[in-house]
Amino acid sequence: MKKKRAIALLLLIGLLIGGLWFLQRLFMPKYVDEIFEGRLIEEYYENAGGNDVMFIGDCEAYENFSPITLWEEYGITSYIRGSSQQLIWQSYYLMEETLQYETPDVMVFNVLSMKYNEPQNEAYNRMTLDNMKWSMSKWNSIKASMTEKENALSYLFPFLRYHSRWSDISTEDFTYLFQQEKVFHQGYLMRVDVRPVTTYPAATPLPDYQFGETAYEYLDKMVALCKEKGIPLVLIKAPSIYPYWYDEWEEQIEAYAKEHDLLYINFLELIDEVGIDFTTDTYDNGLHLNLSGAEKLSRYLGGILQETYGLTDHRSELETAAKWQEKVNFYYDMKADQYRELEEYGYLKSYGGRKPEE
Amino acid sequence: MEALLEILKGLHPEVDFETCDTLVDDKILDSFDIITIITEINTEYDVAVPAEEIIPENFNSAEALYDLVERLQDED
Amino acid sequence: MLFTSYSFILFLTVMFLLYYAVPKKCQWMLLLAGSYCFYAYSGIHFLAFILLTTVSTWYSARRITRIQEQQAAYLKEHKASLDKEQKKRYKASMKKKTKRWMLACILLNIGLLAVLKYTDFVISNINGIFHTGLTFMNFALPMGISFYTFQSMGYLLDVYRAKYPAQENAAKFALFVSFFPQVIQGPISRYNDLSGTLYEPHSLEWRNISYGIQRICWGFFKKLVIADRLLVAVKSLVSTPDEYMGVYVVLVILFYAIELYADFTGGIDITIGIAQVFGVKLAENFERPFFSKNITEYWRRWHITMGTWFKDYIFYPISVCPWMLRLSKKSREVFGKAIGKRVPVYLATAIVWFTTGLWHGASWNFIVWGMLNFLVIVISQELEPLYAKFHNRFHVSGKTWYNAFQILRTFWLMGAIRILDVYRDVPLSFRQVGSIFTTANWNELFNGGVMRLGLTMPDYLVLVLGALVMLAVSLAGRSGSVRDKLAAKPVPVRYLVYYVLILSMLVLGAYGIGYDSSQFIYNQF
Repeated sequence: MKKKRAIALLLLIGLLIGGLWFLQRLFMPKYVDEIFEGRLIEEYYENAGGNDVMFIGDCEAYENFSPITLWEEYGITSYIRGSSQQLIWQSYYLMEETLQYETPDVMVFNVLSMKYNEPQNEAYNRMTLDNMKWSMSKWNSIKASMTEKENALSYLFPFLRYHSRWSDISTEDFTYLFQQEKVFHQGYLMRVDVRPVTTYPAATPLPDYQFGETAYEYLDKMVALCKEKGIPLVLIKAPSIYPYWYDEWEEQIEAYAKEHDLLYINFLELIDEVGIDFTTDTYDNGLHLNLSGAEKLSRYLGGILQETYGLTDHRSELETAAKWQEKVNFYYDMKADQYRELEEYGYLKSYGGRKPEE
Repeated sequence: MEALLEILKGLHPEVDFETCDTLVDDKILDSFDIITIITEINTEYDVAVPAEEIIPENFNSAEALYDLVERLQDED
Repeated sequence: MLFTSYSFILFLTVMFLLYYAVPKKCQWMLLLAGSYCFYAYSGIHFLAFILLTTVSTWYSARRITRIQEQQAAYLKEHKASLDKEQKKRYKASMKKKTKRWMLACILLNIGLLAVLKYTDFVISNINGIFHTGLTFMNFALPMGISFYTFQSMGYLLDVYRAKYPAQENAAKFALFVSFFPQVIQGPISRYNDLSGTLYEPHSLEWRNISYGIQRICWGFFKKLVIADRLLVAVKSLVSTPDEYMGVYVVLVILFYAIELYADFTGGIDITIGIAQVFGVKLAENFERPFFSKNITEYWRRWHITMGTWFKDYIFYPISVCPWMLRLSKKSREVFGKAIGKRVPVYLATAIVWFTTGLWHGASWNFIVWGMLNFLVIVISQELEPLYAKFHNRFHVSGKTWYNAFQILRTFWLMGAIRILDVYRDVPLSFRQVGSIFTTANWNELFNGGVMRLGLTMPDYLVLVLGALVMLAVSLAGRSGSVRDKLAAKPVPVRYLVYYVLILSMLVLGAYGIGYDSSQFIYNQF
């Protein structure tokens, strides 16, 4: 009797664990129909390796640079490891994690996230952290990112966070239970639509312009990590006109770059040189560039990186070229599809576009 | 004993207090009844039932109650 | 530590594993250590208070027992040589001594409770009446102080009444006071009931583990799926009372009644279940209270251990104490028999309900709630002859529909006076209830009003199903233990029930980000 009971109990526990694991996969948001930024992090792993340039940063990274352009113009292989409101410690730990998978020739970091010194928003945390593969980097990133009401256990077992979605389950959750769909281009989120800049923001004075201690701590860590691996770190500021980039912030980054002997490029100062036209090159009034703008920016930056660091042109390598040709095809297919949607609907319906007000 | 039975019958005329011995267990007497009984006993027999004697054993039957009364009279 | 928290579950698991690993005679020591760790978690400085109560009660009780033993020995020795008068005088003088210890201990502990809990209440009233500007003391309340203090005082009074001798072992007594499953919200145990099962060694018995865990899961289910979910709606309804009058107040009554029931009985299920896994048997605190047909029955089924505590240690002592008997005699002389015999009962009842209300919380809401209970009890007592006549005439008692009427009447009556728990103050509560009869907005139920309270349609569905499940379990429980019935079913059926119970608790529980996590209602009690 005892043995039978023990077996029955083990079976029950096994079924419980199995059931919960299945439900966990079911309840975790798939980010397919909306907010596909949530898929950014997880798409890296199948594209890891062979990337000479790694971009790390928030939306100013993944919306403003096109790795396909870098490839087509310079034969540079690259990937953008970015996510929405990616905070600097999250960037650092992603950087650390990336180095477990490959060793790029150059690291490029967008410095906007220096303005955030504390954990910000649970939803953004989730999008950045949930789909990282488990590692010490992920664990450290979780600990550094948690807002007050968050709980580390709910990251270990996302079931505890997402069980409340039981009443919101849609077909999307079942379809994408075990499969994924490719959405990005080496971490770049493509938008072809245009919404020109209408106003330039005014600088609202801040009580304190000094970047926080934690922010500097993690910037230092990035510098140290790259130095240790012998990888040059390039700091950039993307040409987004929101959020406002204060002169006082600019000074601090310039000083920092000088002190640590880093190349720092502020694209806000190079808008004309790059050839960015804010009437055609942005899809959201200047918050981010669209495809046209991203390609211009990539062309410009690619030239600098090529010259400064003598990056290899991989276009002559058969295997690499073949691999990238697929990516290029996917890129132009999506571009065509997006233009088609623009014609048909007037906005990017399935790419997160906003319906224009009547 | 007679006086006691009268007190009890006065509260619940339908109950057979001569034979029933589960007055508390069967919730025939509630806490209000018990207090009334105690105050009546105080008037009738001039004994004070202390709180610690308010236990089912003493109130389950008229007989047990009478034993209690006698015991208290004795101690006086 | 909240019962519904990850840290508590971890704590429980560790305690369970250790309990059956340590030598059996050390099990109670482990429970003591665990209970103090649990208590310290709420704030190490609070340990001072529970220790003070523990030590003072332990010591006073021992002194009292000493004196009683002394008395017994003396009387035995001098049985022949003393006459009745002398014996009486000696007993009286010994009684005086024990009484002194008893009063001192009660004064210290009830005084401590009163100061910590009611100082600010007194201050706010003084400020209100005399227009002074005294500052509030904002004393933090030690966890469970109302519960463990009353439990200890019950013990003290029992020892004073020579019901049993005091516990010599301070550590064992400390466990009685601080036993962690019950320290937050009861049940309020009697020493003679608890001590045996608490201190004796327990071997691992599958039935205890299985039944205990089932009960714990059932309690978690009620709290997480039903109570915490309803709390979202209740909070919305009472935070803007002006917006939610009329039929919405009916909803408050209904929702809060079920929420309180699920939360409180759920918590008690967890408590009793935990104790059962340890092999310790705690007293039941609820007995299907919503099946009560009248208020008296309700208070025999709801928060049972509190009711019996107030009955044994306040109601009876007050009703039979000398001055009450004198008062009763006097009023009989002055006002006649009819009023005279009501005086002790009603006066004692009034005092009991005043203190019961006060015990629930330091605010007029609770006091008024207590007195409303008193009012209903008095009215139903006085109406009894009328009811008797009615039943003689119409022979409806016992009929199903009449029973249903009584049950519903009791449910709504008790629920209505309970809303003093949730509204800001007494006048507001009365106004809200009054608006049920003056505001005609029943159409709100059908035009989507209830969808703006924080709950979605699936949520309401879960609540209805959950309530039906609770009802079904209660109905089944009338004819015997539900767990016994479950144990009689074949294994696949049993395990399916467990499986569904556990999964639905985890999936449907209103916990985590996205739900308002609520403090357990009785926590700072």
